Amino acid sequence: MTDVGLTAMPSQGLIGGSMIGLASALMLLALGRIAGVSGMAARASRLAADGAPWSWAMAFVVGLPLGAALIAAVVGPVQTHFPSSPAILIVGGLVVGFGTRLGNGCTSGHGVCGLSRGSLRSIVATAIFTAAGIATVGLMHLLGVMA
Amino acid sequence: MIRNVLIALLSGALFGAGLAVSGMADPARVRGFLDVFGHWDPTLAFVMGGAVAVMATAWMLKSRMQKPLSAAAFAVPSLGLVEVRLIIGAAIFGIGWGLSGLCPGPAIADLAFEPRSALIFIGPMLLGMAIQRFAFLRGRPSACAGQMLARSRKPS
Repeated sequence: MTDVGLTAMPSQGLIGGSMIGLASALMLLALGRIAGVSGMAARASRLAADGAPWSWAMAFVVGLPLGAALIAAVVGPVQTHFPSSPAILIVGGLVVGFGTRLGNGCTSGHGVCGLSRGSLRSIVATAIFTAAGIATVGLMHLLGVMA
Repeated sequence: MIRNVLIALLSGALFGAGLAVSGMADPARVRGFLDVFGHWDPTLAFVMGGAVAVMATAWMLKSRMQKPLSAAAFAVPSLGLVEVRLIIGAAIFGIGWGLSGLCPGPAIADLAFEPRSALIFIGPMLLGMAIQRFAFLRGRPSACAGQMLARSRKPS
């Protein structure tokens, strides 16, 4: 059980994960592109020199909250517990934006698309961002910083 | 072509739906996965397992295709070498991920549930992307860090 009292949900995880895999498979097999969210977000906001056509990137980005809202409407409320501190959201956002572009990808591009392809770059990137995330959460606990 | 825009929209919507179903739209659950020394939540591992299994099949299908079903050609990154830039970028991303429990996909999907908090994250995220882009353009004073990294990649 997590700090906010969430219990593990392996079956929803597998089902939702397969949906994410299907979404990425659709992007690859129909449009020939990687469904990497950091790349798509940068492209949609005209912050990337190359990548998918702007209209595809924008449509993909707009689809994310639409699909999430559809689940909430059809299946039921979706829980979210955001950090209560705006400072953590702001610093987290800055660092995530800078790091994902410098490292050419995030959890979707390197994690889902890269790992499944056996890409060495993605395996290394995923291992490093996961380790850095674990270290950060551990350090915050040690210092008594609440997210 | 409007059909391809709709396919991209469908892909994004399915992705966002998957995030909502799997619990990954919740930053606390993602931080729970990273909290291996505290109250660990393994859910993210199941999400990644399911997604990777489906995508591995897609890569197998792709290897038998000349071109994508609805576009002129595949445009996927080449399987390059590991560079210093990749390692530093991934480490920086991981720090922000652990700090907030958010990565780009869930942050954008959460516009559906907590638009105010999501925007407080997404605004700076786009700013961070812009800073990265302009810091690494060649021929600018601010490109210093980028050039140092580029040099460190070349054997001297």
